[in-house]
Amino acid sequence: MNKLTLILMLPFLGFLINGLIGSRLPKAAVSVIACGMPALCFALTWSLFSGIYVSQVPVVEELFTWVAYPGFKVEAALYFDQISAMMCLVVTGVGTLIHIYSVGYMSHDKSFARYFAYLNLFLFFMLLLVLGKNLVMLFAGWEGVGIASYLLIGFWFQDSEKTSAGLKAFIVNRVGDTGFILAAFVIFFFAKTLDFQEINTFFANGQTSVAMMNLIGILLLIGACGKSAQIPLHVWLPDAMAGPTPVSALIHAATMVTAGVYLLSRLNGVFLHAPGAMTVVAYGGALTALLGATMGLTQYNLKKVLAYSTMSQIGLMFLACGVGAFNAALFHLFTHAFFKACLFLGAGAIIHALHGEEDMRNMGALGKKLPITLVTFLIASLALSGVPPFAGFFSKDEILWSAYSGVNGSLGLWLVASISSFLTAFYMFRAIIMTFFGESRVPARLEKGIHEGPASMSGVLILLAFCSATVGFLGLPGPLREMAGVTAPFYDFLAPVIGHVQVVGAGGHQVEGAGHQLETLFMGISIVVAFAGIALAWLFFSLRKQWADQVKGRAGYAYDLVSQGYFFDALYYLVVRFVDWVSESVLARRVEVGLDAGVLTAPNNSVNYASRLFSSLQGGSLQGYVLYVFIGLALVLLWGVLHV
Amino acid sequence: MDKYQFLITLAGVIFSLGLLGVAVRRNLLVVMMCLEIMLNAVVLSFVTSASRSNTVAGASMTFFIYVAASCEIALAMAIVVLLVKRHATLDLDAHQDLKG
Repeated sequence: MNKLTLILMLPFLGFLINGLIGSRLPKAAVSVIACGMPALCFALTWSLFSGIYVSQVPVVEELFTWVAYPGFKVEAALYFDQISAMMCLVVTGVGTLIHIYSVGYMSHDKSFARYFAYLNLFLFFMLLLVLGKNLVMLFAGWEGVGIASYLLIGFWFQDSEKTSAGLKAFIVNRVGDTGFILAAFVIFFFAKTLDFQEINTFFANGQTSVAMMNLIGILLLIGACGKSAQIPLHVWLPDAMAGPTPVSALIHAATMVTAGVYLLSRLNGVFLHAPGAMTVVAYGGALTALLGATMGLTQYNLKKVLAYSTMSQIGLMFLACGVGAFNAALFHLFTHAFFKACLFLGAGAIIHALHGEEDMRNMGALGKKLPITLVTFLIASLALSGVPPFAGFFSKDEILWSAYSGVNGSLGLWLVASISSFLTAFYMFRAIIMTFFGESRVPARLEKGIHEGPASMSGVLILLAFCSATVGFLGLPGPLREMAGVTAPFYDFLAPVIGHVQVVGAGGHQVEGAGHQLETLFMGISIVVAFAGIALAWLFFSLRKQWADQVKGRAGYAYDLVSQGYFFDALYYLVVRFVDWVSESVLARRVEVGLDAGVLTAPNNSVNYASRLFSSLQGGSLQGYVLYVFIGLALVLLWGVLHV
Repeated sequence: MDKYQFLITLAGVIFSLGLLGVAVRRNLLVVMMCLEIMLNAVVLSFVTSASRSNTVAGASMTFFIYVAASCEIALAMAIVVLLVKRHATLDLDAHQDLKG
């Protein structure tokens, strides 16, 4: 068995072992199996990655022929190119760290083995998703991560609120999946293939009309929106925080929710020829980035702040895809995986220390008691807010610049992205101040037990914080590259698969040097924006607390609108109520009554009537029988007369 | 034994397992699952025949079966919920109201 197949099969093996006999194994054995499999995967991925880094030749592995009929063939094949390599490194690398963290976090849980079985199952499907060579393989992984996500959100299934959060995630994703399947049908209708490379080369020829390309693009976007929690299909993500916190870190921040970005980048050949769909991707992403950031402002649940932040950041990635900067989107995906995982795990350490308390109004002054958590959380927040030289700054800045200079780029897109960056810095530092600083609002019964998690938890936090601080240097923006005289290994590595789309927008006609000057100016603005957000948060929540309340009071309805998540849930509730009304008041009370009368009761009545009629023939009256005999005789005679 | 014989035998075995489950298990949900297992065995036999004759009809039948099955399971689950509401148990023995 070669390396690529092994990468896929090891987590599945871990799932089988822990799922079937894990409850009988000691916890140590379960942990070793559960953490060992992803660690081995990471080692294998690394060795394959170093191979492809030098040779730049993708690795292909055909497992078996899945479907073969005249005119339709699907190979169960794995494909390890630059995009897959990057995704695989993130999935297995961050995945391994989160598995290790989970050993400490879940140590007191009864269903220890079940948890790790699900987590390994998730890893298997996620790797299937990023390694699949065609849409069918990707779709198998796509649905699989949905199942794993459902199982893990509802992991504590005795709590009906958590199971319904799992159901919500699953059902909302169905809407997106419908778009995905329809897109696959339309793609097959034109290209007669589902293989990614063949799809991209087919559509590069430009034989298909632009309208059809836009249709495919929009359908794919609907699929990506469902999985990546983009407006209007984002409603499941905040509720998904019901799952254990490491799950939120792995599935709902670092890996699964970025699958939509992966899909768009993988099929960039389709999108580059669908200008209409690209515009929708860009503006939809910008809208999600802005609305997600504003929704994060008013949340009191620490995990929900992070959930809305994830949604907003993925919106930025979509925006980057929409302006043709697929490599910037992937770079942000890469850095985001580290700092957002670090933030979620830091939140997990706080929740662990407070025995399940998630409300920031019951926190405060935790910094002294949880110093490691404070420092790592702070570093990751700085990265998320876009403060140089942390990782988020470089990736976000590339996106901001592309929003202006890219294919559909405009000053408006840049402005929206900048505002959402400002809000991001603001709500992250609001969360930090409410959690770690100020006076303690922790209930007295929890006060005594506050302590840092075990070494497995703090170690992972430190590693992720280190990555959040440093990985940005893998992809410095253009002007900084020139200034420092270095290359950007990240972009160079991806270049053979997705280069930076040539600029045709606003900045396109300028000479290179002037473009760089403008880019440097934009970079300066984004630094100022980040610090302004942090300073404003400091002012509102530390120095002049009454101001925050005043603003909240002034905002009135606007505050309600934002804190209720723009009433998306209420909107969907209306839709569900409408369907419910149709089925109850129209179908059940009217149509079904008629159907019952026509289809069930009427035949029943006529059979009853007929049987009464015929049974009266055998009433037992002798004279009646004599009469029948004579009638019969008369009929026979009549027949004889007529036919002889 | 060539692969088609193997697959048909496998389908038969899976079908029998499902039938056995329907016959002996008392939990309503497990009985439903066993029904689905039987259905999948049938689908496997369809696909095997289709693959053997190298035609698409049997394979496309799969999709019709699954669409019908998902409708069926939606209805069946609604019925299960109603039954459970009535007797507050999943045990089949409790649901014998139709006994003459």
